[in-house]
Amino acid sequence: MKLKVLSEKARAAIEAEFAKYSDKRSALLHALRVAQEEVGYLSEPAMIDVAELLDLTPVQVYDAATFYTLYHLKPVGRYVIQICKTLSCALVGAGPMIEHLRERLRIEVGETTPDGLFTLKRVECLASCGSGPMMQINDNYYENLTGEKIDRILDDLKREGKSSLASGPFQIPVLGEKR
Amino acid sequence: MPTYEKILLRNMEQPGYTGSLADYQKAGGYKALEKVLKGIPPAELIEMVKKSGLRGRGGAGFPTGMKWSFIPKDHPGPKYLCCNADESEPGTFKDRQLIERDPHQMLEGIGIASYAIGAHTAYIYMRGEFELGARIVQRALQDAYDAKLFGKNIFGSGFDLEIVLHRGAGAYICGEETALLESIEGKRGKPRTKPPFPATHGLYQKPTVVNNVETMANIPHIINRGPEWYAAIGTAKSAGMRIFSVSGHVKRPGNYEVPLGITLREMIYEHAGGIRNDKRLKAIIPGGASAAFLTPDFLDTKMDFESIAQAGSMLGSGGVTVMDEETCMVWAAMNLLEFFAHESCGKCTPCREGSSWLLQILRRIETGRGRMEDLDLLVSLSKRIEGKTVCAFGDAEIAPILSTLKFFKEEYETHIRERRCPYRSNVELVMSH
Ligand SMILES: Cc1cc2nc3c(=O)[nH]c(=O)nc-3n(C[C@H](O)[C@H](O)[C@H](O)COP(=O)(O)O)c2cc1C
Ligand code: SF4
Ligand code: FES
Repeated sequence: MKLKVLSEKARAAIEAEFAKYSDKRSALLHALRVAQEEVGYLSEPAMIDVAELLDLTPVQVYDAATFYTLYHLKPVGRYVIQICKTLSCALVGAGPMIEHLRERLRIEVGETTPDGLFTLKRVECLASCGSGPMMQINDNYYENLTGEKIDRILDDLKREGKSSLASGPFQIPVLGEKR
Repeated sequence: MPTYEKILLRNMEQPGYTGSLADYQKAGGYKALEKVLKGIPPAELIEMVKKSGLRGRGGAGFPTGMKWSFIPKDHPGPKYLCCNADESEPGTFKDRQLIERDPHQMLEGIGIASYAIGAHTAYIYMRGEFELGARIVQRALQDAYDAKLFGKNIFGSGFDLEIVLHRGAGAYICGEETALLESIEGKRGKPRTKPPFPATHGLYQKPTVVNNVETMANIPHIINRGPEWYAAIGTAKSAGMRIFSVSGHVKRPGNYEVPLGITLREMIYEHAGGIRNDKRLKAIIPGGASAAFLTPDFLDTKMDFESIAQAGSMLGSGGVTVMDEETCMVWAAMNLLEFFAHESCGKCTPCREGSSWLLQILRRIETGRGRMEDLDLLVSLSKRIEGKTVCAFGDAEIAPILSTLKFFKEEYETHIRERRCPYRSNVELVMSH
């Protein structure tokens, strides 16, 4: 079976998942993740490849892909910024942080910068409500944001592809510490 | 400030504790799993958990031992345990701490629960955004397998267990247990009509238990220290410790593990340090975005399942969101309705259409274009959603509206009369997607 766009490595990563379930279809979310990582987004040929590997129809794959927000059906920037807008974050200033990002990146929510580096998304609660405002960029959380901190993070990512301001494992508040 | 002996957060608060297998075992980890596999028959184990009084920490507070006992014992085919690590209820961030800081505690609980119900495969359904959590759990699983704590013939007991990390991909509704099962099956995460319940027709239509991360993390401690010890903590009907996530306008937001039944006042003013800038408290959501708002009049309400329900709200996910006097209640309700309108899975008409209609009306009021009839419209629309949907999401989405209308009606009226939000200068408007 010849795949259209996915590599043999991706095929192996997807097929390795089959043994974990009594039905191949259960590997779908994982397969879409692998495909997206390789192609950059879920293009039609990539979804057709996934359908082929999982013995599904392309429609079944598309149906799932369009339900989950972490799948991109269009190309996105190298860094996808997901800033939380839900109540707990909004109470502590998510709004101004979203404005700051829009101004700084000169794009609207949902758009990608012309250099293809950043896509800005406004998302719902990411389970970091005690450390808001917060955002996720690709794999990492960034918490207790200020405008200045956001600037440093974006500069770091531009320059080095990573930022030391990313959060590690859940921080335990030091007793007596006031914010 | 009252202090309590911590149970679930204890290990991770020890200096130098990394959550590694070595650290967990040094702290007594996996002793409960060994004890159970070497000598407690499943039926007896289920009785122990029943006796402990443990109730689910995912939202509904269903008695855990009873849930396990619904799994048919003589069922010939496979049975499954699913650990719900989807944590997406706004205001809730306790499971993330348990996952990232002490993953083996959850894994040991999953091992024991699987044995109790006779499951040889367990899935951890983790929300897709938890990249770090996924890496940590994958590593923890690898270490546990290498140490033969999972896999075949664990502790020579003849019991086999595979634990699989299954990652979601962004959808709040997948935290609902039947949507979670659909999602593991590789479909859109849409809740199923119940009955049948997962206990008989769960994952792949096989008997299945779905339990929350924190519920699982409690299990080893109940085995180690005994159900009587556990039942003595908290209140008669709400036993044990609970981790509350406190956020919003408090001085010390964070996760606090306390016995069930302390007052909201103690939680907000002692543990979380009171309101920022010493402003006045205006509203509290005691159990995640799906729970009704309460006012400072309820500060002496006890944080147990019954007392909070009696106050007209629910303990839900344990996410406590605190709002100060400068918070606009229409804006807050609107913010949450944006969440609900975005996250409705679309399966039932009242929820799918209703959530966006409700949001539209709230936006109208918040931006000074509301009409007095809108207030009745909000109520009548809500009543047409209540109890008429496939899952509990329908009832959840109307909670912020009905409760703010109940306690802060004059604030809605002011918006409409003055054709503006009286708080606009203090609280920015976060609009639409
Ligand atoms: C809309 C909705 C979302 C839910 N989200 C979660 C969640 O993120 N995590 C969770 O543990 N339970 C969630 N639940 C509750 C689960 O359906 C289920 O009751 C719970 O996982 C059972 O575990 P427990 O008995 O240990 O609490 C949700 C329920 C509903 C109706
Ligand atoms: S109530 Fe809403 S979320 Fe639940 S099944 Fe119906 S449409 Fe989906
Ligand atoms: S409200 Fe922003 S992370 Fe929960």
